[in-house]
Amino acid sequence: MKVYADNAATTRMRASALAAYAEAAENYYGNPSSLHSDGQEAKSLLEECREQIATLLGAKPKEILFTSGGSEADNQAILSAAHLGKLKGKTKIVSTAIEHHAVLHTLSKLKREGFDVVLLPVGTDGIVKLSDLERALDDNTCLVSVMFANNEIGTIQPVEEIGKLCRERKILFHTDAVQAVGHTEVNVEKIGCDYLALSAHKFGGPKGVGALYTRQGAPLYPLIEGGAQERGKRAGTEDLPAIKAMAVAMNEAVETLPETQKKLTYLRNKLIAGLEKVPHCALNGDRDRRLPGNVSFCFEGIEGESLLLLLDDKGISASSGSACTSGSLDPSHVLLAIGRVHDVAHGSLRLTLGPDNTEEEIDYMIQEVPKVVGYLRNMSPVWRDLQQGKRQYIL
Amino acid sequence: MSLYSEKVMDHFRNPRNVGVIEDADGVGEVGNAKCGDIMKMYIKVENDILVDVKFETFGCGSAIASSSMATEMIKGKPLKEALLLTNKAVTETLDGLPAHKLHCSVLAEEAVQAAVRDYYQRNNIPYDEKDFPALDHAHDTHGEDGQ
Repeated sequence: MKVYADNAATTRMRASALAAYAEAAENYYGNPSSLHSDGQEAKSLLEECREQIATLLGAKPKEILFTSGGSEADNQAILSAAHLGKLKGKTKIVSTAIEHHAVLHTLSKLKREGFDVVLLPVGTDGIVKLSDLERALDDNTCLVSVMFANNEIGTIQPVEEIGKLCRERKILFHTDAVQAVGHTEVNVEKIGCDYLALSAHKFGGPKGVGALYTRQGAPLYPLIEGGAQERGKRAGTEDLPAIKAMAVAMNEAVETLPETQKKLTYLRNKLIAGLEKVPHCALNGDRDRRLPGNVSFCFEGIEGESLLLLLDDKGISASSGSACTSGSLDPSHVLLAIGRVHDVAHGSLRLTLGPDNTEEEIDYMIQEVPKVVGYLRNMSPVWRDLQQGKRQYIL
Repeated sequence: MSLYSEKVMDHFRNPRNVGVIEDADGVGEVGNAKCGDIMKMYIKVENDILVDVKFETFGCGSAIASSSMATEMIKGKPLKEALLLTNKAVTETLDGLPAHKLHCSVLAEEAVQAAVRDYYQRNNIPYDEKDFPALDHAHDTHGEDGQ
């Protein structure tokens, strides 16, 4: 059996999006900046897409900027808010320890430039505490950046409450909603954010395209100079086929959201219940306040990369936060932030479901994952020590 | 997956000499769980020949493959010859490892030397520290807080 369970990494393109991509590439090849009718037809389609995406987010069309994806959108939002902050003499930025690297690395860069960057901890549930955030905010704060949902453990942050705290203090609020859009309800008015980043390939659209919502009036400076496209905020000819496919995929994801959420929540809970029967393992992140398709576990006594390779042999595509899969010596910063010690964090497994996954596939994973874990534990000196009492179980 | 050579994948999927020798004459354990890899090597010695070798590994695909290959390369060999096993030889026999995985083959070399030294120590056989170059530096201190 072949099971694709790495939908948080990327998704298969929806058939409707793929067809829309081909159709736009074939028929709307004109440059939206050109004056002739080919160009103007392309321009109309571009603006239709912008309007559709804006409507789906509860935003105005002119608040939507098309980008190359979530990372660019995160970078531009944070750097723009920081730039204005610096002009006003406000140089504090508050974020969390579990953000995506697109946010964390941008913040590191700002820190090197003199910004005071505060990364709030999260609880063992993988959720930031509002009281911690409230305490961190002061008159010097120019930006709060908190992700909507975490990419590794799927935990959903209290973005609406955060938005309220920021609005009361007139502090700009950016949320990386790359994992949330198309997977849970996302509305910029409800959140009360000033910036929101999204990426098409996380909800069945193509790779290399995304969008940044910027509330009217919030600062926005270009990262890429060289043209008047996107109202001067991003130079470069727009990738219209990709943008059209993103709009189609997003529309379908949002329209089918209630049924997808219901199905995935059921499949997720079944998978969690099945894997929890493995001794000495633990679910990462809050059980309920998590994305409908996210399952993340740590298994004691084994290492994640070998687990992924063996699962791949069984036809299961999964992911892990072990050091060996990241190319560094340290396991995932998210797992460390929720209090998993190194020894245990190395043995993590992330299975992320999408609308294409079936119950048969869940049953297959419930059957195969414990076998592979057992096989690896059998050759693990750590597991032997645990079983012989020479080492204390952590999970 | 194409991250690893066919040979690495073969030794990872079908590791040779996995397990424990209950009455081992020497045991070497290197690495630590915090860093994500531990190798444990068990040896049985008769007339200075490694008549049996077994291993247990907690680690990634290349760590398991490196241990498996190392046991295959030293089994049946005289002790002195086993001590000459280098991480380079393990890597080459595996048809190469990705650069960031080379430390796995180093671990295999260390595990072999640790097991042989343990055998010497248990039997009060005098030895020269120079014959155990891999054990000079402590692998298990790397990455305490990452780099």
